[in-house]
Amino acid sequence: MDNILNILNDNPRLSNAEIAAMTGLTVDEVGEKIAGYEKSGVICGYKTVINWDKIEQTDKVTAIIELKVTPRKDTGFEAIAEEVMGFDEVESVSLMSGGYDFSVCVTGRTFQEIALFVAKRLAPLDSVTSTATTFVLKKYKEDGIILSPQSDERGADVL
Amino acid sequence: MNYDSLLNRTALRIPPSGIRRFFDIAAEMEDVISLSVGEPDFPTPWHVRDVAIDSLQKGRTGYSPNRGFTALCREICSYYSRRFGLSYDFKTDVVVTVGGSEAIDLAIRTLINPGDEVLVPQPSFVCYDPIARLAGAEVVPIVTRREDEFRLTAEALRSRITDRTKLLILPFPNNPTGAVMRREHLEEIAQVLRGTDILVLSDEIYSELTYNGQPHASIASLEGMKERTVVVNGFSKSCAMTGWRLGYALGPKEIISVMTKVHQYAIMCAPTTSQHAAIEALKNGDEDIKKMRNEYDMCRRLIVRGFRELGLDCFEPEGAFYVFPCIASTGMTSEEFCGKLLREKHVAVVPGNAFGECGEGFIRVSYAYSTAHINEALRRIGQFLKENIR
Repeated sequence: MDNILNILNDNPRLSNAEIAAMTGLTVDEVGEKIAGYEKSGVICGYKTVINWDKIEQTDKVTAIIELKVTPRKDTGFEAIAEEVMGFDEVESVSLMSGGYDFSVCVTGRTFQEIALFVAKRLAPLDSVTSTATTFVLKKYKEDGIILSPQSDERGADVL
Repeated sequence: MNYDSLLNRTALRIPPSGIRRFFDIAAEMEDVISLSVGEPDFPTPWHVRDVAIDSLQKGRTGYSPNRGFTALCREICSYYSRRFGLSYDFKTDVVVTVGGSEAIDLAIRTLINPGDEVLVPQPSFVCYDPIARLAGAEVVPIVTRREDEFRLTAEALRSRITDRTKLLILPFPNNPTGAVMRREHLEEIAQVLRGTDILVLSDEIYSELTYNGQPHASIASLEGMKERTVVVNGFSKSCAMTGWRLGYALGPKEIISVMTKVHQYAIMCAPTTSQHAAIEALKNGDEDIKKMRNEYDMCRRLIVRGFRELGLDCFEPEGAFYVFPCIASTGMTSEEFCGKLLREKHVAVVPGNAFGECGEGFIRVSYAYSTAHINEALRRIGQFLKENIR
């Protein structure tokens, strides 16, 4: 796989000049490659992982909703997924194998807000046959990043 | 009691680690960002840990044979053959040790008679000098220079050889400089040694971490060298297994058998859990090594660029996971620079003179860290330079 994708996956804040040094490419080549990935949809966006628990006065509640649906005759699951991901409250939508169809991650300010969203927006959709909502109590790791990393215990005095 | 008169005089004369105090200060600080450690930032690969856990669950917790499990000796020899083209007999030519460090200690104690001279290229890892002195040797440093990309040259070697020269330490890929001796450079050294009785201790602990597109070359693979060379290697750096304390020595059976005798009385055997893990690392670990090498290489390029952007002369290392930038332009000594950088910007790096007097004017910086960590450290060093440049 292209090292550029691994580098950006790990740290999107590196400059093109830094990535060029790391990969042995020129700055222009790096710029062109990244632009190509963005255009073709390989790179879909850049996001910062924030531990909101550390920010006081931030009300942010996350829930995972298991959605069962009846696939539509012509469009299968795709049209339903499109409808669900259109809501601002929805952070992620994935089609699942197993006991239910969609896993939907939803954020809101309060438990009640999320409950209302499910009751008033998600559940009434055509095709949705049932919902099961579970609330996230604490996040430990997100997108491969440990939110409260342990300190580096490597032997600093060993040369 | 007057301990000074009771303790071993040679041990007492070994100077205390100059950086001890420095690390004590760093340990007290809260937001220190360190580029000082000499070990990988990867944990040991899971499949290797799993094998160790399995061996514990099965109660395989006794001693191994003195020289190490036969299965491990066999894997080590097969590894050296496939990676470096060297053929050793697993029954007679290998001893498994407690880290590469014990192998160095064993080799020196086995080869040295009091009064022998040991040639130590510097800057280099800190252990050769004190271990050689404890064995009664006289240590003869050989300065390697920035102009020679910190390689040992035939000329420098020749100028330090006397009738009493017993052993040449060959610490490449090098900690702290990152210098690598390619085959053609080793050939020049071999030419000096052929026809002499000088032995070689080739410390190849960083052999998997070379970035010049060529695999590491061992001096033992050159004509006439195997018979005079003890190769030291281990699992710490290549397999991210520093805490397991496992290494080995390879060499002529006449030397290895005496090293094994000393090992038998001093240590008995290397930790068995670690040996089980190491067998797995050698059998199925080549891909892990490749992946880690690729990541180190990218960090190496990032940090070299970073120091050059800051205006410091930075030799581009071809091996290990250190850079060795020159800080002489700041007008500070290595220790002043590191002490001040730690106090003012809370960044920990190691003064170059910790690795021999000729390391003065340099600092050792490890890049076994994430890119974000490296860039934050570089940012602080950049501020420091702005505030302190004369």
